[in-house]
Amino acid sequence: MNIRVTVNGRPYEADVEPRTLLAYFLREQLKLTGTHIGCDTTSCGACTVLLDGKLVKSCTVLAVQADGREVLTVEGLEKNGQLHPLQSAFWEEHALQCGYCTPGMLMASYALLQENPAPTEEEIREALSGNICRCTGYVNIVKAVQLAARKMSGETQETLEVAATHGTSTD
Amino acid sequence: MFPNAFQYEAPTSVDEAIRLLTEYGYDSKILAGGQSLLPMMKFRIAAPAVLIDVNGIDDLKGWREENGKLRIGALTRHADAEHATELRDRYPLLSRTARWIADPPIRNRGTICGSLVHADPGSDWGAAMIALRADVEVQGLEGSRLIPIDEFFVDTFATSLEENELAVAVHVPTPNGPVAARYMKLERKAGDFAIAALAVHVVMGKDGRVSEAGIGIGACGPIPLRAAKAEAALVGQPLTEETISTVSKLVPEDADPADDLRGSADYKRDLLRVFAKRALLEIAEELQERVGAE
Repeated sequence: MNIRVTVNGRPYEADVEPRTLLAYFLREQLKLTGTHIGCDTTSCGACTVLLDGKLVKSCTVLAVQADGREVLTVEGLEKNGQLHPLQSAFWEEHALQCGYCTPGMLMASYALLQENPAPTEEEIREALSGNICRCTGYVNIVKAVQLAARKMSGETQETLEVAATHGTSTD
Repeated sequence: MFPNAFQYEAPTSVDEAIRLLTEYGYDSKILAGGQSLLPMMKFRIAAPAVLIDVNGIDDLKGWREENGKLRIGALTRHADAEHATELRDRYPLLSRTARWIADPPIRNRGTICGSLVHADPGSDWGAAMIALRADVEVQGLEGSRLIPIDEFFVDTFATSLEENELAVAVHVPTPNGPVAARYMKLERKAGDFAIAALAVHVVMGKDGRVSEAGIGIGACGPIPLRAAKAEAALVGQPLTEETISTVSKLVPEDADPADDLRGSADYKRDLLRVFAKRALLEIAEELQERVGAE
């Protein structure tokens, strides 16, 4: 089947088998390998992307269901060579070790901050409950989302530096 | 992992979907949210020759109140029910149940009707719709009919839907008076299926006594079950500690749990009793505050 999908703002046209899953379409046909496949059973969240602005697990959506729609993957977060505030916050707070879950964590955090720019810790943990990390114990991921929320709400650089220092010194 | 190869159909009307269902019968499956069906197809537990994707049928979207009922269209996602603030006052059990289902991305795709039709005994909506005394509206070649929820679940993964019928909506009665509800669920880990679950829906009469009570039991039998004895003991009573104690002890009597990896049958029965007690105490407090405020 022929499908047209806009991924990270760029239009693509492709021929796919109906059984092709969106995650595999992104990785194997579009070569956008930032979206990871972890469990392949709708459990781990490594493949999480946004489909028309809604968070979905792309291993459990058919590529044909993305026909005529917009997909945002982790590759779409960076703008003009600048990391997205979430990406830099993950870097600063050491919110990853092996990094396998990170693309999904970033997309789930992105979806959260779009709807709720100042989430509580509980809201962050609930929003990330479909994404499994086996390295960090989630503590630094939560800190990174909190830092990104502050960055995105436009706090001054000085306040952020104090917050970042405070954040890491308690580890 | 890949599903088997299949023919993909994307009808844009209910009639067209029913025509396809009639043509392909048991060789076909309806795809709505796909959060249970697609994983089953990847595991090759399900291998339909034809997949009928109903996501493009506008008539299946949205909800409306009519004739004393809330009609929830088949493409209503769990997340829609979770976030619908306009439904919280009169249908509190909807958002209270939805937030316990799986995780946020799954709730963005999965649908209420899809979950009911899938008929997993551990599903959250099964217990909730039992408590709400819902009807499932199904449509076939001869028109539509309403199936009361108590006749809808036949066995594990089996419903009373005919081969060429499509579930198009679920109807929830509008409560006649102040209403409060709780959905209680214990999971081994976030987003898991329930060890046991209980949906409790209570409507208070003007006389301060319970006028309607619905109690649905999840993950404790081959299908979602109704705690009929407990409901009967609750209707007509004031929500006192004594009533709550009596009613909560009756809830496990209608459960049929099995010993499994999630816990022993005895443990699950006791969980149901505790859930009922906690739910009813919270409901009593909430309704008292609400009535006092009016």
